[in-house]
Amino acid sequence: MSAARAMPTAKNDRRRVMITPEGIALPIVVGSRGSRFGALLLDLLFIVVLMISTTLLLAYLGSGVGDLRSEALAKGDKAIARASEFLVVLWIAVMFLFRHAYFLFFELGPRGATPGKRLTGLRIAARDGGRLTTEMVLARNLLRDIELFLPIAMIVTNSGADNMGAAGLAATVWFLVFGLFPFFNRDRLRAGDLVAGTWVVEAPRRKLEAVLSTTRTAASGHSAATGVHYRFGEAELAIYGEFELQTLERVLREDQPEALVAVHTAICRKIGWEPGAGDERAFLEAYYTQLRARLESGMRLGQRKADKHG
Amino acid sequence: MAFFGLLGGEAAASDAAIEAAALRSDRFRQEREGDWKRLEAIVTRMEAGRWRRLSDADVLALPVLYRTVASSLSVARETSLDAATLAYLEALVQRAWFLVYGPRTTLAGWLARFLGGEWSRAVRAIWPELLVAFTVMAVGTLVGWLLVSSDADWYYALVPGQFQDARVPGATREVLRDTLFGSAQDDGLSMFAAYLFSHNAGVAIMCFALGFAFGVPPLLLLVQNTATLGAMVWLYHDKGLATEFIGWLSIHGTTELLAILLAGAAGLHVGRSMAFPGTRGVMQAVAEAGQRAAVVMAGVVLMLVMAGMLEGFGRQLVDDTTGRYIIGYSMLAIWLAYFFAFRRTPSGSEAA
Repeated sequence: MSAARAMPTAKNDRRRVMITPEGIALPIVVGSRGSRFGALLLDLLFIVVLMISTTLLLAYLGSGVGDLRSEALAKGDKAIARASEFLVVLWIAVMFLFRHAYFLFFELGPRGATPGKRLTGLRIAARDGGRLTTEMVLARNLLRDIELFLPIAMIVTNSGADNMGAAGLAATVWFLVFGLFPFFNRDRLRAGDLVAGTWVVEAPRRKLEAVLSTTRTAASGHSAATGVHYRFGEAELAIYGEFELQTLERVLREDQPEALVAVHTAICRKIGWEPGAGDERAFLEAYYTQLRARLESGMRLGQRKADKHG
Repeated sequence: MAFFGLLGGEAAASDAAIEAAALRSDRFRQEREGDWKRLEAIVTRMEAGRWRRLSDADVLALPVLYRTVASSLSVARETSLDAATLAYLEALVQRAWFLVYGPRTTLAGWLARFLGGEWSRAVRAIWPELLVAFTVMAVGTLVGWLLVSSDADWYYALVPGQFQDARVPGATREVLRDTLFGSAQDDGLSMFAAYLFSHNAGVAIMCFALGFAFGVPPLLLLVQNTATLGAMVWLYHDKGLATEFIGWLSIHGTTELLAILLAGAAGLHVGRSMAFPGTRGVMQAVAEAGQRAAVVMAGVVLMLVMAGMLEGFGRQLVDDTTGRYIIGYSMLAIWLAYFFAFRRTPSGSEAA
């Protein structure tokens, strides 16, 4: 739609349209590779921090139990021995869960995103525009194991030895094949996304901006500062289209004095007025409202004007 | 400058639009923004996971408000040129859409559906792969047996080092017997069980995930693992301990090998859909197969938990062959009955 034109061109190749079951086309922006990589690094960082802190906590508990244990073994008391064994079982279970359940737990939540994705403004969604199911989340995270953890583990174990031989090389190639997977398809899918039928999209979050046409100036064209009534004629409004209107809207919302002056000067020159000074905002509000009124009434009649050339 | 405003005052069309406090499209917005803000508040609270603090009225209102706001968006696109409002509505509809059409079940609800038919249905749906995986495993065992029986040196190639403690060709019957029985000291069993589970689950997940490469790696993995099995069976058979060895293996092995078979079949299923997508697009075929296989895999992890416990506790605590056979094969019978005899179609299925 018209909004797409206002977006910077670099973003255009990530824009997709998704049709909801109600038949409404929603624009969707596929997450960039950079932000996905950032999200992954953040998540891995969180997991490592969790793992280390749990390990330290359990080790601390274990050392306490261990002291008791050596005494207990001397006396033949088995309860304490069981306790330290329980801690090891707990540790194995917790490590397994951190590795496999961290992503599952968060992606199944209402945000559909791990903490790392949330911080980078991403979430996962079903590629076909339907419901995101538990099965999809399971599938995409099972694949993560061979894409990421397995080759990393292989590289780490092989790099310890001096001969970073064939196995290390194979692991590196493997890692690169999956790591670079998102570079070889349009939707930035990794292997897990492909198998699960999901993709990673930007999670939109926008505030409702103020209504621009409620100020007194906008409504009546009357400037409080100078007492002037701004009224623009058909010829003066006819030169601009929707693109210019939305640029003007952005300038008004951002409210930067220099931008206001520059746009004011440009419009005055275009419509043949002598640009004054000191009342730019009132002038622009009035011009914006009247231009929008004109374009929107044209819209209702099925006549649209995309920009000043159209 | 004061004069300029007076110059263009004659256009009657613009008069009508300006006379009210706002543009027509802004009045449209003002009439509806209460609904929009309410939806936004509900969505924000749901996204933060604060379901409990939502009133029943709000929960019920969500789908209704979603449709209201979606229709506001449709209307606004045709009548309004306010880019900020349109962007807000698009973002809001998208957020609400994720919630209205998101994974709605709780974990407990999903588990109930999963155990109540979804899992066994997924297993039945991949039956061709189950047959292939079973054949491959049987052939793998046979190959392992034949190789070692023709030349005992193969044993060292087929069986990983960790099993080569006392269990090597040429070991006496007594030594081998000791590896099967009498380890009933209960120290560290739960530790061992947890380790086994964690390890086996890793293997099974790999077996599934490698199906991605057209299903060839899972086949190789199955052959490799069962060849080890065949070699070890030969070793014990050679000393007349085959029955005891199979009992030692069966108590957890029926569950574990079945789980690995399922994992391999799930991997094959994904690989097959990639190589032969049929009339669907490859992407769609792979996604469907991947989701079905994921259900099977969730069950595999569950089975491996049980296998780990049977292996860690059951095998060491049940120290006679008959008991081991009884436990092992009743587990197998239970699994098979559950997968193939249990055909209730779950009500209220989420998968459309």
